[in-house]
Amino acid sequence: MRAADALIKALEQEGVEVVFGIPGGAILEVYDALYDSSIQHITTRHEQGATHAADGYARASGKVGVVFATSGPGATNTVTGIANAYMDSSPIVVFTGQVSRHLIGNDAFQEADITGITMPITKHNYLVTDPKKLLRIVKEAFYIATTGRPGPVLVDIPRDVSMADIEFDYPSKVDLIGYKPKYDGHPMQIKKAAELIMKSERPIILAGGGVKISNAFKELLELAEAIPAFVVTTLMGKGAISEYHPLCLGFVGMHGSKYANYALSESDLIIAVGCRFSDRTTGNVAKFAPDAKIIHIDIDPAEIGKNVRVDVPIVGDAKKVLASLKKYIEYKQRKEWEDKVREWREKFPLRYKKDGFKPQFVIEKICEVFPDAIVTTEVGQNQMWAAQYFKVKHPKQFITSGGLGTMGFGFPAAIGAKIACMDKEVIDIAGDGSFLMNIQELATCVYYNIPVKVFILNNGYLGMVRQWQELFYRERYSATCIGCEKFSFEKIAEGFGAVGMTVEKPSEVLDALKQAKEINDAPVVVDFRVDYQAKVLPMVPPGKGLKEIIDEED
Amino acid sequence: MKYTIAVLVENKPGVLARVASLFRRRGFNIESLTVGVTERDDVSRMTIVVNGDEKVLEQVIKQLNKLIEVIKVSDITKDSVERELCLVKVNAPPEKRGELVELTNIFRGRIVDVARDSFIIEVTGDEEKINAFIDLMRSYGIKEVARTGKVSMVRGAKK
Repeated sequence: MRAADALIKALEQEGVEVVFGIPGGAILEVYDALYDSSIQHITTRHEQGATHAADGYARASGKVGVVFATSGPGATNTVTGIANAYMDSSPIVVFTGQVSRHLIGNDAFQEADITGITMPITKHNYLVTDPKKLLRIVKEAFYIATTGRPGPVLVDIPRDVSMADIEFDYPSKVDLIGYKPKYDGHPMQIKKAAELIMKSERPIILAGGGVKISNAFKELLELAEAIPAFVVTTLMGKGAISEYHPLCLGFVGMHGSKYANYALSESDLIIAVGCRFSDRTTGNVAKFAPDAKIIHIDIDPAEIGKNVRVDVPIVGDAKKVLASLKKYIEYKQRKEWEDKVREWREKFPLRYKKDGFKPQFVIEKICEVFPDAIVTTEVGQNQMWAAQYFKVKHPKQFITSGGLGTMGFGFPAAIGAKIACMDKEVIDIAGDGSFLMNIQELATCVYYNIPVKVFILNNGYLGMVRQWQELFYRERYSATCIGCEKFSFEKIAEGFGAVGMTVEKPSEVLDALKQAKEINDAPVVVDFRVDYQAKVLPMVPPGKGLKEIIDEED
Repeated sequence: MKYTIAVLVENKPGVLARVASLFRRRGFNIESLTVGVTERDDVSRMTIVVNGDEKVLEQVIKQLNKLIEVIKVSDITKDSVERELCLVKVNAPPEKRGELVELTNIFRGRIVDVARDSFIIEVTGDEEKINAFIDLMRSYGIKEVARTGKVSMVRGAKK
């Protein structure tokens, strides 16, 4: 059997239903084999779009996102998407074509050393030099991408390898001597953690993206209620618990609410689950939660102790560890602490000045009209306002580029999420700058009729950078004005064949959103012309501790 | 402080690049690195000397363990036998040759090449011994030095 046909057959056996990609010279054989397959292929208009779409697909569905790209520029265009998936632990497998083996190293046409390039941004990668090893490599790639801490895997296939004749003997299991993820936490450590929890007077749970990846929502909620403990999340953990639950304090960190940051800072015990204490979450590490002991549960041992000191490390899967931990917990009322947190919550709510046309207002209305929609975001102010004002109900409802902070992620990710969940509404909350970075995918959306909605908070600036220039660079707005209020996203959308709208006043917001909700047979782009001076607040200034968070009034 | 780490890896192309890339990316400082085959064809052994504190060491070990092709990582800084091999090409005019032979014997080295006006001397030992030997050779005029980097192995049980 031709190796390319064997590859497609192997993907079918892995349960792959859709592939995102763009064909080209070195991967022609694979595309030829795909022609006879039931696997759906979405031809994106740029390989970056394909990798983000696969990433969004993976996050919304829990399945592996698969990408095809050709050698050279096709492969290098996937790099940002791969790095994004790596930082956010998203399982994608990228197959790239490579020039034939005898040409490798000769600087042949469209040759790039993609395994060398992606070494630091993949969980693992392969250059297939022997056709006989192709199927074992495919099996390993899917296994590595999805197990332990998930992540992207790249398989680079030279053109002559894809043409070779091989036998189809797809392995049923893998045996990697150097890779054995641990799922069960150590029982002694779990007991120790339980003892700390029982002794604690001011416990708090810090839930990260790992809770979502491990599907540990039920276990997290049960533990939180059993203790009881308030829950704050990282940006990636948003959705790990319903934000309508009374114990949920929303997300913490640089742009989290004051009350969430106060609660985390004043706690005497942090139960951290599936998070990595990134600088955006902790603020100045030296000032981070000075009184708190830390229990850190993570499947990746390298995350434990990397950024903060840890008192009880537990290596394991969030779902299993949380369930075991709960068995040792007895309910204990901690009235003083609960009152204190409630007081902060009432005294320091998220707020913004309601004059003019505020982006926060748009998000509040989106949340009102689309409470159950899957929301993807771009990166910058739009992302932070979405995180602050869109209250998430469901576990996998909020999809954002947390680690790498990739502008241009949200729109293709929305396409992937929609394909994974055709029955759900999918919205990209965008900024004008970010949307422009992958706007070509409108063509994909229209061609395949993927009815996602893009809501642009258009302020004509690279807003988050502008905000930093205003606050920390004496209002010297170097290169941040991009003038998106001077052209029409509405007409651009229409030019592609999508529905476009422009909204200039707050009074028109609700109607426009309702109108957009009614349209389910075409992509919709709504351009909200919001105030350009609006800032994301509160904010922990760079180098400060979480308690030094400032608001408009400060 | 310097730590010595033994890393067993699958003997596949690109493994050294992965390990080196990891050290570069995470900003770990390699003092020396040696690679060689082991008693098994499919397994190689790297001995890496890394500079840093205990926190760095912990991260180095954990990050190395994350590489799929890494089989085992051990900190063998304590209680291990260390050896390095060094070749020194040194000026050896006729009147100095006797001294050089004597010094080489004291260090249990060997003269492996004799030319008109120079010797190549081979010495093995731990780092300090080799440093001491090189220092001694300086007064004769060193032309060239090649060192292998350290290999290391934990001592067997004593009882």
